[in-house]
Amino acid sequence: MKASLKRAFVDTLPVMTGYIVLGFGFGIILKSGGHSMLLALCMSLFIYAGSMQYAALGLMTGGASMISVFLTTLAVNARHIFYGISMLDKYRGVGKRKPYLIFSLTDETYSLVCRDSLGVPEEKRGDYYLLVSVINHLWWITGTLLGAGVGALVSFNTEGIDFALTALFLTVFIEGFITAKSKLPALIGVGASVLFLLILGQDNFLIPAMLLIAVLLCVIPEAGDDSDKSRCDSESTDGKTDTAFVDKATEDADEGQVTDGE
Amino acid sequence: MNNAEIWIAVAIIALTTALLRFLPFVIFGRGRKTPRMISKLSRSLPLAIMGMLVVYCLRGVSFTSPAGFLPALIACAVVAVLHLWRRNTLVSIVAGTVCYMLLVQLVF
Repeated sequence: MKASLKRAFVDTLPVMTGYIVLGFGFGIILKSGGHSMLLALCMSLFIYAGSMQYAALGLMTGGASMISVFLTTLAVNARHIFYGISMLDKYRGVGKRKPYLIFSLTDETYSLVCRDSLGVPEEKRGDYYLLVSVINHLWWITGTLLGAGVGALVSFNTEGIDFALTALFLTVFIEGFITAKSKLPALIGVGASVLFLLILGQDNFLIPAMLLIAVLLCVIPEAGDDSDKSRCDSESTDGKTDTAFVDKATEDADEGQVTDGE
Repeated sequence: MNNAEIWIAVAIIALTTALLRFLPFVIFGRGRKTPRMISKLSRSLPLAIMGMLVVYCLRGVSFTSPAGFLPALIACAVVAVLHLWRRNTLVSIVAGTVCYMLLVQLVF
């Protein structure tokens, strides 16, 4: 447990940077809206979803209806369904820890627990998952309370520090890309997101992108999975579909690069 | 919203978020084995989703002026190059973030 604790703590340090800062910002906005510390604590303890908590403050001041509160939450947090799907097998056999592990599966916690190469022995995984989840949750609560408590006193220019989370996702992405047998999921993820970002704009692209990613990942054959391929490998129709998807993904990736260079 | 409405809204958000997080486990996690299609999806999802999250984080980047995209582009390049070279997550993230902060605060 002790070795796992050290490992988990070090792994959460990038999340700490992002969570303290984003939680701090949330606390400041909440307090300036005339809300209590208790509300700050309860939101970060029980909702524990950064972007939705920011959105909630807007809904509160805007006097939104409960139906629109519900629908906004569905739209903003729909991506969490994906995290659950990809953790189904990893979270098997974690015992009593499971409900909390599922409850606390944020973007950032997911980015740490979804990795295949954890450097943690198989029998310690449950402890590792729990420690990472709890420590991240504590960072988020700490940031929120600090922001709500002493936020008004701080004058340090933190502009841009939230890039820590972008950098975290980018390193996990690169790490996954290097070790993955098939690079197709990476191309599909980036390609579909960039495609819908360009078509629908930044407020509406996430859900359509998720749907396209899910469909494409279901139809492409899996690298190294013989059971899936063996039977129809020789059939020409299957081969055609295969190439079509490679082409599509490459196209999307190119599109992304073109945009980067503009 | 008045005080009571605020607490009701917080409860709705908390329950809805938890519902979304528990949904896959309730639907697919019941049996001893995850359905094959979902299991296959679950193995390729992490990489695709990390790609999606990177794009999500960079969604506000605009190409109308250099200040709109250069800081993010340069900082991402720093993270990528450092990470490919050293493979040390913490080093990549700290260097990239400091670089981004300096760029947005002092340069652009």
